[in-house]
Amino acid sequence: MNFDRIKEKLSILADAAKYDVSCSSSGSKRTNKKKGLGDSSGMGICHTYTADGRCVSLLKILLTNHCIFDCAYCVTRKSNDIKRAAFKVQEVVDLTINFYRRNYIEGLFLSSGIFKNADYTMERLILVAKKLRLEENFNGYIHLKSIPGASDDLMYEAGLYADRLSVNIEIPTQNGLKLLAPEKNREDFLKPMKKVRNEIVKYKSEKKLIKSTPVYAPAGQSTQMIVGATNETDAQIMYTAAHLYKKYKMKRVYYSGYVPISYDSRLPAIGTEVPMLRENRLYQTDWLLRFYGFSIDELLNQKHPNLDSDIDPKLSWALRNLHLFPVDINKADKQQLARIPGVGLKSVYKILQARKYRKLGWHHLKKMGIALNRAQYFMVCDSRDFLKADMSAQQIKSNILTQGKSKYKPLFNSQLNLFE
Amino acid sequence: MKIVLFDHSFEGLLSAIFEVFHLRLKDVKLMRQNNHAASFFDEEIWVSTDQEKAARVAKGIIKYGGKSDLTWLYRCFLSELAEVPQLILAYICQLMVDKHSGKNDFSRDAVIQLQKINKMIGREKHRMDAFVRFEKTANGLYFARIAPDFNVLPLNAKHFKTRFADQEWCIYDIKRDYGLLYDLESLRHVHLPSVNTFLHSTPPDLLAEDEVAYKKLWKNYFEHTNIQERANKKLHTQHVPKRYWKYLSEKYILDY
Repeated sequence: MNFDRIKEKLSILADAAKYDVSCSSSGSKRTNKKKGLGDSSGMGICHTYTADGRCVSLLKILLTNHCIFDCAYCVTRKSNDIKRAAFKVQEVVDLTINFYRRNYIEGLFLSSGIFKNADYTMERLILVAKKLRLEENFNGYIHLKSIPGASDDLMYEAGLYADRLSVNIEIPTQNGLKLLAPEKNREDFLKPMKKVRNEIVKYKSEKKLIKSTPVYAPAGQSTQMIVGATNETDAQIMYTAAHLYKKYKMKRVYYSGYVPISYDSRLPAIGTEVPMLRENRLYQTDWLLRFYGFSIDELLNQKHPNLDSDIDPKLSWALRNLHLFPVDINKADKQQLARIPGVGLKSVYKILQARKYRKLGWHHLKKMGIALNRAQYFMVCDSRDFLKADMSAQQIKSNILTQGKSKYKPLFNSQLNLFE
Repeated sequence: MKIVLFDHSFEGLLSAIFEVFHLRLKDVKLMRQNNHAASFFDEEIWVSTDQEKAARVAKGIIKYGGKSDLTWLYRCFLSELAEVPQLILAYICQLMVDKHSGKNDFSRDAVIQLQKINKMIGREKHRMDAFVRFEKTANGLYFARIAPDFNVLPLNAKHFKTRFADQEWCIYDIKRDYGLLYDLESLRHVHLPSVNTFLHSTPPDLLAEDEVAYKKLWKNYFEHTNIQERANKKLHTQHVPKRYWKYLSEKYILDY
């Protein structure tokens, strides 16, 4: 191998792939067969973290950054004047295997700019995965990008070798897409998504009858939306996400704060700060939807189209619904416990377990590590002092904010809000 | 107070606990032999490891608390923390009274402490799954040095065995001077006197031809996958604490 040339290509194509947020390597059930290489049946592993604090678990690269499209938000857009490169199929295979053997990575995340046409590109991606699985007996994690507009046959084949497939819808609204990527249309994104969903459903039902049905994309599919490139509201983003979870059975929807990379006047200027706090609040909302039993209209609706930046979405919901509190820690069911601000799912588990033995008081809860600074206003326990019951939402909020030490504090608006 | 001393093994601890029950000792302090500074006032009892006695205690734990209790205590023991033997004794005493597992009684102090330690062990084990960096040596062996905070290598064995079934590898704990060696057939504990435990990586003349090139490629990839605009040093060091940097080829400076 010519290592210098590989190094140059790797620099260019890793640089271009880094805006894809997904790095998950969990959720697959692929075990090591016949003393092959690798295993992806366990939990995901982050082998290292970049200087910006994001996890590195997969070798995340583009096959090439040549692209026939000119989407304004993308670094590899046709009109951008950057160095272009392309990997040979064998080069990607060698890199993956050698990195994996040294325990650098969990597997491969392969994406690509679109050259010639969608199907041609998709074929190349599949070729890499196929080689890894069949020639190298590789059982590590493979995440392939579904190329918008790829044909159904290819999408079927991709799922046979990949653990996860994803296609990024990038812009949450139709109008935004029309503005920033006029050559693309929504249908092209949704087509491979639909095919993959149908195949996964089919695989699951066939598997019950015929045990030897070949595995199809065991870690499901995911997608990603850019936040802050167009002027969409949080509600628009989260309703789209909720729709994707429900309709397309997504394993994950990722939110990526837009990093300014272009002087295009349709986009935030270079030097604009990446909306990291907003991104964080969207992920919190996402978790509330998926694990805490909230429905989207409880968190975001006509009256509250945007999330609060100074408090988390669960607290914000609780303050709007004080009539549902306080909750009795010693009696409430799992669902109710999970809705108390400051009580996460691990705390819920601890409470459920511990209260089998005795009634719980404040000191028990404190030792368990529950965030009482928020939780105390919304619960009663085995104690005489639960003074906080009749405070107003505004009082509770200001109490929490003055006592709390949020890392985002410098970003909060310090001006008083008249209309709350 | 009586001080009960045992050797460094888990069986040793279980034997000591057996003696505590057998001799009906009250007000005891369990200590590892080498952790101990002789005291003028306390009586010392030295218990040697007895597999049979240890097995009886283990059987008792399984009978009342189930296998998961035994694994849980073993994991905590691997932390090598001085207070752990005492916590384990306290837990087992309570277990013999209750006759059912109290592992999830999060309102009890000893349990919360053990759960915390178990969590620390889990975190360290997971870190080793992630932070091991194999270097391919000239004879084809993939070799890695680690120095974990706790003695977690026994817990990592299964993970690496299933994953790297077709390559010979060795993970060496240079802090405790022993390693795990996989020879394509089986896994065993080894003590290798030839390993220089003062070095953080293998000298280049012992490495395979393309090893340095791959190290450089990895470091190069690591640097290019970073997004400058989102720099967050605090988060970075939180996830990759500095004490591990010396074993991570993407973090240390390659001087070849």
